[in-house]
Amino acid sequence: MRELSLHILDLVQNSIEANATTVKLEVIEDRSDDRLIIRVTDNGRGMDEKIRQLVIDPFITTRTTRRIGLGLPLMEMSSKRCDGYLHIDSVPGQGTTVEAMYRHSHLDRPPLGNMVETIKTILVANSELHFTYHHSVNGRTFSISSLELHDILGDVPLSHPDVLGWLHDYLTVNIANLYGGV
Amino acid sequence: MKTVEDLKRLREQLQGQNRLRHEGGTEIIVGMGTCGIAAGARQVMTAVLDEIASRKLEDVKVRQTGCIGMCEREVLLDVARPGEQRITYGRVTPADVPKIIEEHVINGRIVEAMVVGRVDI
Repeated sequence: MRELSLHILDLVQNSIEANATTVKLEVIEDRSDDRLIIRVTDNGRGMDEKIRQLVIDPFITTRTTRRIGLGLPLMEMSSKRCDGYLHIDSVPGQGTTVEAMYRHSHLDRPPLGNMVETIKTILVANSELHFTYHHSVNGRTFSISSLELHDILGDVPLSHPDVLGWLHDYLTVNIANLYGGV
Repeated sequence: MKTVEDLKRLREQLQGQNRLRHEGGTEIIVGMGTCGIAAGARQVMTAVLDEIASRKLEDVKVRQTGCIGMCEREVLLDVARPGEQRITYGRVTPADVPKIIEEHVINGRIVEAMVVGRVDI
């Protein structure tokens, strides 16, 4: 995948397919230690050690025994190519954390890409999901949570056309501000 | 339109209009498995949300789903109008979205040339 933001969408879909009701996404960019970390933590059904080792091996996969697909092997390959790693921590019945690290300045590192559309998609297309997003760039931070939005909106859905307009502008401005503004 | 305060004001306006519908709306579902994402599902979703915003469609619900085994026909987009068959469109691109929204979601006419599946509800 050409953008890390597409891998992020894929990780969150994995969490949803594991029946997660809460998903936390953290994106941490730090030029001082030259790292870009993507971490997705969910409260889905989790995996035992055997499955955990299988999910990053593209050659042992069979779709009937595994619902994960090629997303994790692809992301592991792209992170390793950039002096990074992909780690999976999982406790059956409690949830899973996937953390991918990329050398920020590595020439092969895919761009983060369009985070606005990734976050908008996750929020609007999964109205029941408790989703939080924290993004920090060299100490500047931005956070948004679906609970906070639903508290404000009450019974107005996030897919209301005017709310979609607000969400687009809000995400665009705040994510751009992380990099010094538009 | 850029702060949380703006959202609170927006909510007050919308509540005052008292014309929100929560049940019985049309549902649009986009396949967001790895296969769908690799084929451009997020761009299709963006096009759907843009159409909802620009055409002011208030009774459309949007949802994502995983891989359903038709990976070679991704991006898959389903339209389910209340009381009608759920229609699956295949190989959808962002350019196809305005037509599907206008013909099927708004006017109830299925875009037959793009249909790859139908499910009775």
